[in-house]
Amino acid sequence: MSAEKTAPAPAKNDLFKQITQGPGLVSVLGVIVALIVGGLLIAVTDERVATTAGYLFARPSDFFSALWEAGTSSYVALFEGSIYNSAQGFAPFLETLTVSTPLICAGLGVGLAFRAGLFNIGAQGQIIIGAAMAGYVGFAWHLPVVLHLLLVIVFGLIGGALWGGLVGLLKARTGAHEVILTIMFNYVALYLLDFLMNTQAFRRPGETNPISPILDTTAVFPALPGSRLHVGFLLAVLLTFGMGWLLKRSTLGFELRAVGHNPLAAQTAGVNVQRAMIVAMALAGALAGAAGVAQVAGTEKVLTAGIAGSLGFDAITVALLGRSTPWGTFFAGLLFGAFRAGAVNMQISTGTPIDIVLVVQSLIVLFIAAPPLIKAMFGLNPKKKKIQAAAAATQGGAQ
Amino acid sequence: MTQPAVLPTTVVAHSVGKKVPLTLSIFAAIVLVCFGALGSTASAHFGLSSAGDAFTLPELVLPGRISNLIIGLFMAGIAALAWVRRNQARPLGRGWIIAFAALFVLSFLIWVVSGARTPSISLAGLLAGAAVLAVPLVFGSLSGIMCERAGVVNIAIEGQLLGGAFTAALVGSMTQNAYLGLIAAGVAGALVSLVLALFSIKYVVNQIIVGVVLNVLVSGLTGFLFTTVMQADAELYNNPPRLPIIEIPGLSAIPILGPILFKQSVIGYLMYIAVAVVWYALFKTRWGLRVRAVGEHPKAADTLGIKVNATRFWNVTLGGIIAGIGGSFFTLVAVESFTKEISGGRGFIALAAVIFGRWNPIGAFLAALLFGFADNLQVILTIIGTPVPSQFMAMMPYLVTIFAVAGLVGRSRGPAAVGEPYLKE
Repeated sequence: MSAEKTAPAPAKNDLFKQITQGPGLVSVLGVIVALIVGGLLIAVTDERVATTAGYLFARPSDFFSALWEAGTSSYVALFEGSIYNSAQGFAPFLETLTVSTPLICAGLGVGLAFRAGLFNIGAQGQIIIGAAMAGYVGFAWHLPVVLHLLLVIVFGLIGGALWGGLVGLLKARTGAHEVILTIMFNYVALYLLDFLMNTQAFRRPGETNPISPILDTTAVFPALPGSRLHVGFLLAVLLTFGMGWLLKRSTLGFELRAVGHNPLAAQTAGVNVQRAMIVAMALAGALAGAAGVAQVAGTEKVLTAGIAGSLGFDAITVALLGRSTPWGTFFAGLLFGAFRAGAVNMQISTGTPIDIVLVVQSLIVLFIAAPPLIKAMFGLNPKKKKIQAAAAATQGGAQ
Repeated sequence: MTQPAVLPTTVVAHSVGKKVPLTLSIFAAIVLVCFGALGSTASAHFGLSSAGDAFTLPELVLPGRISNLIIGLFMAGIAALAWVRRNQARPLGRGWIIAFAALFVLSFLIWVVSGARTPSISLAGLLAGAAVLAVPLVFGSLSGIMCERAGVVNIAIEGQLLGGAFTAALVGSMTQNAYLGLIAAGVAGALVSLVLALFSIKYVVNQIIVGVVLNVLVSGLTGFLFTTVMQADAELYNNPPRLPIIEIPGLSAIPILGPILFKQSVIGYLMYIAVAVVWYALFKTRWGLRVRAVGEHPKAADTLGIKVNATRFWNVTLGGIIAGIGGSFFTLVAVESFTKEISGGRGFIALAAVIFGRWNPIGAFLAALLFGFADNLQVILTIIGTPVPSQFMAMMPYLVTIFAVAGLVGRSRGPAAVGEPYLKE
């Protein structure tokens, strides 16, 4: 980060600024506000709250205690499902790490592209292709231990890199917008996998459902006994370090950041902008491919049409919350992984649908993307407040 | 490529390159070889009439291989023309490209139908179904056009459609009045748009970020409320009445065109009206000129006294209303209840239609019809048993959009200032 702060930023690349700058306080407050809004939503739709609202004026305390209980009990269940509970100890936290692994990898991919000024919505497709290639190597080839897993990882990365790099190539060569390209490539990948899962090569023998054979034991990440946590998490940590090194210490990373700040200036300075775009998208795709590997060779151990779930879209929110820095993305991935893991427990114990996680997740990103909103809520911006007050006074009360 | 494409907005100018003739040649070769020489010799039967027609048209029977060889020769002719034009440094007219695409679609149809187990489909039914499936796509793409013509990227079409579908089902069920559901859907779409407008115009958050996040938010919100509210009492909250299909007597009995134009739900008729109104308003009125000025060059528009951000705000809101109404199609016409993710990514196909239709309401309408056609064809082809996997049919809208934005078949360019917030200096 220090390199960026000292470097002059002549660009008007607002996307880049929005993602990488902004105080941590706003992020924390954004998370808190989003959780409160989510809690209110849970409370409002709670049945007991609805019944007590019927005699709100007779006994308001009933209503408010029901409201409080509905909101908090869900979050307690969320916590118990993701971090710690008295029955299982810290076992839920291991589940959080498992769920976080692909989120972190794919989030890094989206983040890396952001740093190069590219909006990569294509993590979903890149995960799908990565998982398909890694999965195929995992169940169709039978190779010795270590080598097999290594090839699974390599092919997963290549699959993602190809799918991402193709977008980079099209953008560099034709100027087509990467947002449109990646959205379209996501759907092409989705239907391609759907097609593959219905072919002889991918479908499990004797099975009518589109599900692949189970991956060989030599092809899957070793798991921690008694949990689903697998070595893939270490891969995510490694990739986080790798992206940090790439961006801070390598020439390529410097070039990518330069293009992200101001492509015209970078080109004038001698950076091959087209090449940087292709490389950035290929690397982003490879990271998303790693997420596919983590899914197919770690968590699921089998390839299905829905292997990517909504990971690719969650990855965008992870990268946005992590402000596209490697470790920011890592911890954002952990947070959203905890939400995901805890939501399962929450649904079982309090009946709160998992979808609430999507609501909270998207609210967090909206709030942190608009610091003035959060600052206005908490009165953190006295200067602006004064201006507003003055304006209100002159305009007669309009805020 | 002769020029580097450096910024997303700086796009290579209309140079007469090799891309267009080359692409056309490849497609002509595909038709001649794959659909013609290697195609089935059986005949393809196309039914042109449907029940209730005033008079019955005879069935169209085309011999597979021979028809495709002839069509292929025509296409090769257009490709040759493109090469000649390139040597004269003149671009091929759009009419030729459209004719070429139409020939390709026809040849593809003949090829798949003649190779099927039962080589017969009802063309009339196929087209009528396509027009119905296109309804939400058309509304969605009109929303995209309204926003993007004013310079605001609308990735949230999917969210607007989904929000509209949910609200239409909820309000329609509670009031047992489909028309109130329709209005409520418009309000829901507008609400999604208001968030988009607030964050992208007032707080200057990147418009793509807001759009992406809004889709997730609406998906989560509708999914959450579906489980907690609708499923708790489906009779009360998820049981909307259907919008009736209104037949215009006489006109609806015209073969082929009758069911497409004169046998629709209210939403279907609204679609035709909306396309015409948006097109007229954008291109023939003073208001439309101002909107387009804001989308192309906000600073110049501002200099002339047009309120840039107010224009954008109203356009985004209007777009939301349109998409919301389109979303109600899912729960008031297609099926009678809401389910999670009922819009199923059609917002993104609508976005594809915006681009493929070159940000023009009529272009987007035709693109949406084409995508609806592909969608419907995919279902019918599975029934008659063709060798083409349905997944590849489903990919079609996305693939042609990739071709379109990459400029392989004519360049598709959006308004110049799209995605850029306007801040007064």
